[in-house]
Amino acid sequence: MIIGGGMAGCGAAFEAKYWGKDMRVVLVDKAVIERSGATGEGLSAINCYLGQRYGWNTPADFVKYVVNDMMGLAREDLVYDVGRHVDASVHLLEAWGLPIWKKDNGTYERIGRWQIPIHGESIKPITAEPARKALGEANLYERVAITHLLTDAEHAGRIAGAIGFGVRANTCYIFKAKAVIITAGGASNVFRPRSTAEGLGRTWYSVFSTGSAYGLMIPIGTEMTQMEHRFVPTRFKDGYGPVGMWFQYFHARVTNAMGEDYTVTRADELQKYAPYGMAVPTPTPLRNHQMFLDIQAGLGPMYMHTEEAMQQLSGGDPAKLQKVREEAWEDFLDMTIAQAMTWAAQNIAPEVTPSEVVLAEPYIMGSHSGEAGAWVSGPADLAPPEYFWGYNKMTTIQGLFAAGDGVGAAPHKFSSGSFTEGRLAAKAAVQYVHDHPAVPTLPPDTVQQYQATIWAPLETFETYKGASTAEEINPHYLTPKQGLVRLQKIMDEYAAGTSAWYTTNGPMLQRGIELIQMLRADLQHLGARDLHELLRCWELWHRTWVGEAHMRHLLYRRETRWPGYYYRADYPHLDDTHWRVFVNSRYDRLGDSWALETKPFYVATVVKLFV
Amino acid sequence: MPTYVDPNACNACAGVRQGPLCVYICPNDLMILHPALNKGLNREPEMCSECYACVKLCPQDAIGVRGYADFVPLGASVQPTRVEQGLHWTVRFRDGRELQFTYPSRSTPVGSSIPYTDFTEDPVQDLRTQVLAGDSLWLGVDSLPTLNPR
Repeated sequence: MIIGGGMAGCGAAFEAKYWGKDMRVVLVDKAVIERSGATGEGLSAINCYLGQRYGWNTPADFVKYVVNDMMGLAREDLVYDVGRHVDASVHLLEAWGLPIWKKDNGTYERIGRWQIPIHGESIKPITAEPARKALGEANLYERVAITHLLTDAEHAGRIAGAIGFGVRANTCYIFKAKAVIITAGGASNVFRPRSTAEGLGRTWYSVFSTGSAYGLMIPIGTEMTQMEHRFVPTRFKDGYGPVGMWFQYFHARVTNAMGEDYTVTRADELQKYAPYGMAVPTPTPLRNHQMFLDIQAGLGPMYMHTEEAMQQLSGGDPAKLQKVREEAWEDFLDMTIAQAMTWAAQNIAPEVTPSEVVLAEPYIMGSHSGEAGAWVSGPADLAPPEYFWGYNKMTTIQGLFAAGDGVGAAPHKFSSGSFTEGRLAAKAAVQYVHDHPAVPTLPPDTVQQYQATIWAPLETFETYKGASTAEEINPHYLTPKQGLVRLQKIMDEYAAGTSAWYTTNGPMLQRGIELIQMLRADLQHLGARDLHELLRCWELWHRTWVGEAHMRHLLYRRETRWPGYYYRADYPHLDDTHWRVFVNSRYDRLGDSWALETKPFYVATVVKLFV
Repeated sequence: MPTYVDPNACNACAGVRQGPLCVYICPNDLMILHPALNKGLNREPEMCSECYACVKLCPQDAIGVRGYADFVPLGASVQPTRVEQGLHWTVRFRDGRELQFTYPSRSTPVGSSIPYTDFTEDPVQDLRTQVLAGDSLWLGVDSLPTLNPR
């Protein structure tokens, strides 16, 4: 069973049916896989491509880059595993119809060392098509939202299936499965975003990504890792259009209002974060940090000088300028159309007018530049013993696998790497099912309890709606939107969101945890007027699990490893001596308690970074 | 708003197998038919990411986008129309300027992909190895890199 039909889920479906031709493989998605998930809107680049066939990079090069960008913490075995396979995935996508930009000699065009530009408006339908064909229509459950994972009646450490409901039909779905692969999304809208009214949906990461990867796995006691990590993207202001093309392909500068380039004026700051700060390229959080120092000093707005870059690239040649103009607009129209709208509405022609950039609100994810997720087994030929328990990408729950946003400590996968990781998880899951043919047992009373739990918000609303003349002001329930706002306020103010200037400390986090525990208790009193609001209720549950896990991990890691993403005011320095370790957590549902511990980082597994 | 539906252009996809296509495709379960008007409606605009999935699919070109009220000044529009293997975009600025762009989005006919064509990996023999389906054809290098062969 595959939960989630994004890039990782489609990869898992494709791969599972190759190795497990005779197995029944089902994929469940709360939407329709042609446009579901974070890449549904499209993409203008594939950000994970090694180019092994061109001799551009080796998997070891990729590991070195990723570990440094993460300030020294990523699982080398997992990163290497994605890196060594990802090119094949990209070549397959191209064969299925994804147009990739080419140089005159036929090789792929490049944006940066790992990034290639694509005409990617249709990357998701192109990816979904073979997955749909491989599975067969009867095995694709669309518009079904999974709310809970189910563990075996006789062995709580083994997966048994999952339960959910039809988003558009009053139907409860119970899946019994020998193996389950979590490819659901990371988390947007856990933190209060910078736009809070209509713009609540214009989050940087997909608003459809509701933290379900974590919200499903945490409650059954799956061991999680690096849940304290978040990604704060520097993006074009408000529309959150991508900046990679501008930095790397067009070579544009960002300056403050005085015209100063923070990468120059704040260069010395990097020395505080040696050895990572001294490497090229500068890690993403440190580039944020340099810019943030300018913002804190009152030197904004920060401007991306598109006009300067476009004039330099065209050199006064109108034909060249037109080419760059078309490339610049495509960058947004392929993947972040709202940014094109923002330019048009603000009369911004990029060849004339620079554009503001900002640091966005934090996102908790495992696929892009974030590394939150499950603690999974590595591949047999790469993982040291402590990172290996039999099946690649298997979590600490037997038979439960993860990929994409679901896997922790394995960042920089992006679209192609998530698709690849889904494939890796699926092949291992087929192995697992071969080795463990016993059918899991679902405890019948548990299933009935879950059914009652799933429908409860509808019942609550019907029971209590008469207690008030106003549907939205009622002492007996919260609407899912009200609950979301409460979550976002807690996270923003206590867990180093934008209004707190990405800064927190131990007592703030302890207070935030007190408040989120009360929120989690209050979620028992959600009220839903219809199935659509019921979907929002369960998305909120998942987001709230993410928020609590994030704060507990933030509290546990007593250092500031990723300045520019967050600052622990009480532990303001990077502390490699004590904290170059992974932080892992497990939730115990019986005691409603969390256990946190560290896991060692193995330096020598793949490459020695700084020798 | 973000997406909005022109009631004069929407015909509720009469005769379309999947039903109204905006309702069918919306990744965030936003589009419904207005109960009284029987026309497309975005029921929760603050959860719309302006992903344009519905706009691109609408057979009547009935769906537009009015940029987020939080930060987008009035008067602009960004509208796609599907052309063979791509999209044509019309971008209208607030001040009346207009730009036109056409970009490809797919190099093969929709529906033409065939999974596993010419794959040589053996589903039994190769199951316990590190290779993925199609690696021998698509990886681009002779052998899969490894570090500590077991």
